[in-house]
Amino acid sequence: MTTKLLHAIVSGVLGGGVYALMAVGLTLIFGVLDIINIAQGIMVVLGAYLSYALSVHLHIGLFTGLLITVPAMFVIGVAVQWLFIRPLTGRDRTSMSLLACYAVAIIIEGVLYWAFGPNYVTLSASYTTSSMHVLGFYLPYIYLYGFAMAVALVLALYGLLYRTKFGRAIRATMQDRTAALLVGINVNRVAALTFGIGVAVTAVGGMVYGATSSGFNPNSGYDLISRLLAIIILGGLGSIGGALAASVLMLTIESVVDIWSPTWAVAVFYAALVLVLTLRPAGLFGRQAARAQ
Amino acid sequence: MKTTLPHPRAGVLLALLALAAAVAFPLLAASQQDTAIGVDTLIFVAAAVAWNIFSGYSGYISLGHAVFFGSGAYAAGIAARDWHINGGAEFALLLLGAAVGAVIAVPFGLIALRVRRHTFVVVTIAIFFIFQLMAFNLSFTGGTTGLPAPFLLWSPVTFNDRFYYVALVIAAGTIALSWLIRRSRFGLQLRAIRDDEDRAAGLGVRTLRVKLTAFVISGAITGMVGALWFFFVGEVLPQTGFDPIFDLTVALMAFLGGLATVAGPVLGALILEPGQQLLTQQITSNYLSQILLGGVFLVVILLLPRGLIPTASEKIRSRRASRRDRDVSPAARGDLPPGSPAGGPPADRAAGRPA
Repeated sequence: MTTKLLHAIVSGVLGGGVYALMAVGLTLIFGVLDIINIAQGIMVVLGAYLSYALSVHLHIGLFTGLLITVPAMFVIGVAVQWLFIRPLTGRDRTSMSLLACYAVAIIIEGVLYWAFGPNYVTLSASYTTSSMHVLGFYLPYIYLYGFAMAVALVLALYGLLYRTKFGRAIRATMQDRTAALLVGINVNRVAALTFGIGVAVTAVGGMVYGATSSGFNPNSGYDLISRLLAIIILGGLGSIGGALAASVLMLTIESVVDIWSPTWAVAVFYAALVLVLTLRPAGLFGRQAARAQ
Repeated sequence: MKTTLPHPRAGVLLALLALAAAVAFPLLAASQQDTAIGVDTLIFVAAAVAWNIFSGYSGYISLGHAVFFGSGAYAAGIAARDWHINGGAEFALLLLGAAVGAVIAVPFGLIALRVRRHTFVVVTIAIFFIFQLMAFNLSFTGGTTGLPAPFLLWSPVTFNDRFYYVALVIAAGTIALSWLIRRSRFGLQLRAIRDDEDRAAGLGVRTLRVKLTAFVISGAITGMVGALWFFFVGEVLPQTGFDPIFDLTVALMAFLGGLATVAGPVLGALILEPGQQLLTQQITSNYLSQILLGGVFLVVILLLPRGLIPTASEKIRSRRASRRDRDVSPAARGDLPPGSPAGGPPADRAAGRPA
């Protein structure tokens, strides 16, 4: 029992690191553009399928393939922002942008069904099947590699945000768009690049997700986005630290509940979301300002 | 909205004509396939108008209305199975669908309506997924195999007609309700919430009660429509009853026609649902029609962000204003302050907005 519990906690924390990466992208986009990218879930699946196509058809390794998929997802992100999000203005911009992202999501889903069909696939490599023996249980290497990479990338994002001039421009835009415009920040460029970065991380998230999950198909996007949304709301919209904490917390809880009831483990996410929102509508780490209409 | 048609009664006349055409449709339809499209379309007319009563008027965009649709379908299915109801009596279960929709809307609304904007949309999506998960995993829902509807021993030649007229009654009733709400004090309160919720609350609108009432009305109708859809289609599965595409489709219909107008969602549903059905017949690929739906949505948002009806009425109004402008003598025209587009538009717009 202790081993089982330990295993659940370790794999929850490791999985949480990967979700943190995807959730940080989502919350970063929210912070800068004031929109929620509903398509983030299906973009993770798209990233996973890109890795899949590269490894199956071109025999490029999963980690090497990221050199191609990350820039590809970045370009897709910038294009979506430029074509569909930037033109939206006016009072209904918020709801319009949500619907636009939803529309993008169902288009990507349709394209993926068309290209890959509804069958479940997995990403496999030597390190997804072999595992190491720690603390009395076996852990596939991919969990460790994926976690290490996610942590490194989250640290890199932190560095970008807090140690570079561009990061300062992003944070300024998050705080006050008009003021940022007044001090000479090219807000449109910041928005496009932020959207690109927020989407680019899904290439990495998608690869690790595809390699650690028991299988994915184009429909998996819904499951992913609902978890990611729960995470960023729990953490407080726009709070990067909150997204990190909420990812690890929720994945660990889910993985522990999974010991007793695999079917209802997913429901823990939503139950926690409903509970937290009832008690603290701004999320665990959010500012009250997130409530203003 | 102030009437923009050439004559004040033209709107009523147009509505009556449309109703007459809708009543006559099954008599003129060539095949059962056509009447089936008719039933589907009326179901979506009712669902889109019901969605608009809450989301359009209040500005709270719900992407979780499939919760009511699916719950209504499942409630009707479970009741028909356990109480052995079949034949024409099953239409009585539509009321059960409505009741279940209303009952679910209360806790759903009390949780979701505490937050606004993005968070509200996200919470509706999350609650939607909870319901889909329950449909998959609870024992009384039949799990992944879903529920079958009782078999109907009706003549295949006129099978769809009863469904058609029941759907027509529901759709017409929902439109009438939407019209009444829009004209009422309650509708004004809803739109005040949409424009500025804090100010509305400051002026004495009991915002939570108003929002929740609209949510319950909207949920009840959607639940009833879900029950009707279930009996018509003959089965419900977790992924068809609680379908994320449904959430998007009703929103798209309202956006296409014009959010927060009475006729907008009707027009949107009348364009999109038959269009989609015909498309599905032409190109058998589901995925392609899904891609097209997304594409149409993006085009509507980018090119017609305010929807067909507001855009068209703006056009009519400005044309009438310019005609009036021509009729007015030059001296009278001179009285107007320079730079204002003579006469019509500003005054009309002021009258059209709630004071």
